[in-house]
Amino acid sequence: MFENILENKKGKKVVLLGNEAIVRGALEAGVNFVSTYPGTPSSEIGNIFYKMYSSGKFKGYFEFSTNEKVAMEAGIGASFSGLKTLVAMKNFGLNVALDALLPFVYTGSKGPTVIIVADDPSCHSSAQSEENSRFLASLAHIPILEPSDPQECKEFVKLGFALSKQFEIPVIVRTTTRVAHQRSLVELNSLSSNKFKGSFQKNPDKFITLPPRVLEMKKELFLKIEKIKSFAEKSDINKSFKGKSGLGIITSGISYLYAKESLARMDLDLGLLKLGFFNPLPVEKIEKFIKSLPGKQKKILILEELEPYLEKEVFILAKKMDCQIEVVGKKKDFEIGELSPDKVDEIIADFAGYKGGKEKKDLSYLTKDLKSSKRAPRLCPGCPYWLVVSAVKKAVDIKKVVFGGEIGCYMLFGSASIKMQDYLFCMGSSVGIGHGIKKAIAGSNDKKLISFVGDSSFFHAGIPPLINAVINKSNPLIIILQNDTTAMTGHQPHPGAFNVQGRIKIEDVVRGCGVKNLKVIDPVNQKEFIETIKKFLKNSEVSVIIVKKQCIQI
Amino acid sequence: MHSDIKSRKKAKPTKKKSVLPKKEKSSDDFSLLIVGTGGQGQITLLNVLAEACLVENFDFRSSELHGLSQRGGSVKVHIRFGKKVNSPLVPKAGADLIISLEMQEALTSFIFSGPETRFLINKKLIPIFSGKSLTEKEVLNVLEKSGNEVYLVPAEEICLEELGNSLVAGIYLISFASFNNLIPLKPESILKAIKKVVPKKFLELNVKAFNLSSKKS
Ligand SMILES: Cc1ncc(C[n+]2csc(CCOP(=O)(O)OP(=O)(O)O)c2C)c(N)n1
Ligand code: SF4
Repeated sequence: MFENILENKKGKKVVLLGNEAIVRGALEAGVNFVSTYPGTPSSEIGNIFYKMYSSGKFKGYFEFSTNEKVAMEAGIGASFSGLKTLVAMKNFGLNVALDALLPFVYTGSKGPTVIIVADDPSCHSSAQSEENSRFLASLAHIPILEPSDPQECKEFVKLGFALSKQFEIPVIVRTTTRVAHQRSLVELNSLSSNKFKGSFQKNPDKFITLPPRVLEMKKELFLKIEKIKSFAEKSDINKSFKGKSGLGIITSGISYLYAKESLARMDLDLGLLKLGFFNPLPVEKIEKFIKSLPGKQKKILILEELEPYLEKEVFILAKKMDCQIEVVGKKKDFEIGELSPDKVDEIIADFAGYKGGKEKKDLSYLTKDLKSSKRAPRLCPGCPYWLVVSAVKKAVDIKKVVFGGEIGCYMLFGSASIKMQDYLFCMGSSVGIGHGIKKAIAGSNDKKLISFVGDSSFFHAGIPPLINAVINKSNPLIIILQNDTTAMTGHQPHPGAFNVQGRIKIEDVVRGCGVKNLKVIDPVNQKEFIETIKKFLKNSEVSVIIVKKQCIQI
Repeated sequence: MHSDIKSRKKAKPTKKKSVLPKKEKSSDDFSLLIVGTGGQGQITLLNVLAEACLVENFDFRSSELHGLSQRGGSVKVHIRFGKKVNSPLVPKAGADLIISLEMQEALTSFIFSGPETRFLINKKLIPIFSGKSLTEKEVLNVLEKSGNEVYLVPAEEICLEELGNSLVAGIYLISFASFNNLIPLKPESILKAIKKVVPKKFLELNVKAFNLSSKKS
């Protein structure tokens, strides 16, 4: 199963998924410690390490942590103990981990540390928001590398470790769905040993971020970034290609591949600068690129997905250089959703005044009048959640109850055929927001509220809001869906999962949080389930039903 | 329209209509889309095709999506291979071949199809639970209107009848594409790739599906 990833032949070419190449890069770099919480499009990284670790093929340490903040903290501990450390998550995970990450950039790493953050432009596999993790560049001052394809995924992870080692700072490798879930040829290098023996040496000056030391650390951080910038100026992961006119394109990540293809398709000879470093930007290299464009009239197109970060930076830079230089980006519409070969064709054709292309005639006009529906995802036939839907629908008039939803397979409770969802936010929030609503509508006694939360989500972020509801005395009915796995993202284990040694019982946690009204139910017993819902909805304190039935896909 | 295979015109290795006149086929690549619904084994097919490309010394790039769509939603896998491939996504109207594991899904890929795109379609309808489905006749009508070359193959039925297992329909279809020159990959390369990719337990069955497709064409 991991034949390609574990192939130890230097120079051999294999086809790898971007995420597989990230794993390979970490193995080649000799990673010792890996922690993660799943989330598409980064999940395969953890899945692969998990399988390799459980089958004895990975000699380092691996864990699925309870959430991303905890994964980050575990990684920080490993790094402080001298280990080569990889932490992986999707963009939303970064938000959760941010509180630990910011001071980590101040203290810097000891063991080299790479953090993988996967964005999902177009929200192919994400609810919540179309988050662009590049904002971290200005918030956290952390170096960020942006690969375009699996080969670069592997190389950039290794470069990340090398940078981290040289400058003692964690490094982010940022992917997007079309990079993480792209397969292409990767040339392998040799594997390294992953065995480890960490040791923690006391060093309060480095690890304690109390003021006034914390501000000195910030100063040291800025100095590091200056040095890394000099490194970036010379690095060959920022590549420039000469053109024949005063027009040039600056791009990075997947957009680079689209740009190359569009230019070839239109037979345009424009200058092209591909940035592997997103932060710190190799400003002199960009200047040199702009200057190298032939002629006096220079015009630069910035090709990047989502919000215009590069565009703003290059705009300021160009204005400093020479007011004649024109910097253009994409239209506002294209800040929503990912770029595509067709959008990039349009952008570049506009930019270069290219008129050669005929309108591409696709066949979609033939399906315009068809009255068929979009094939929306749905719960698997036989999913235990169907039993939850049927019981709730029998117990209450769904129009009269507020339903809190969350991400997980059970987000499909919001689908048109089920209609049991009135808000959907981040992990754990069905409980937290439910409490707020219940407090706000206190007095209007007929309004009932049911919050659904999955078991992995409960451990991830559901416990503090449960405690909050108990202690601040509101009365939502919380239905915890214990299907014994993290189903949505590919059936990873969690602290209460069936395949975890010493698994934690959710009912023990709930009781420990002070919940008095608690029932554990097998949803096959519909009658008991329906009656419990009815009864618990009358309670003036928090009530919890734990619905125990395994996902049929495990 | 025959219920079996609509068109038996022997296909030559593809030539795509120019959408942007000059250097439209800049990198000499072949663009393939595998469409279907979640859980139809697209990733195995992708792995087989990737290995077959390695055997033939082709460059290869593909793009897939994971997550919610796996729960029975529409799934599209983009594959491009050839001497040099720049990007993993098939552009609008740019597919040379569309392999559809379900009939209605073939129509969802029309944005990627031009007049010269070929279709190889598994003759199977999976109802759309979230709304209105199309009938076989409605799908065929649209395909006929397009005037494109369409191969409609009851791959699941054939595999079930001959091998007692319909799960290998996808392997049957990509082998069919190769034997009928719908895809510029030699059958030997596909077979080699199957042997490399498919787990031992299922290898014999998959090789049988491969052989079966050669007989039918
Ligand atoms: C902070 C954050 N990390 C990761 C994700 C990705 N994600 C979406 S749902 C989910 C887990 C769902 O598991 P569970 O709560 O057990 O529900 P199930 O899918 O099993 O129904 C994850 C990890 C996310 N949305 N936000
Ligand atoms: S994967 Fe499991 S939890 Fe998700 S819909 Fe299917 S059966 Fe239900």
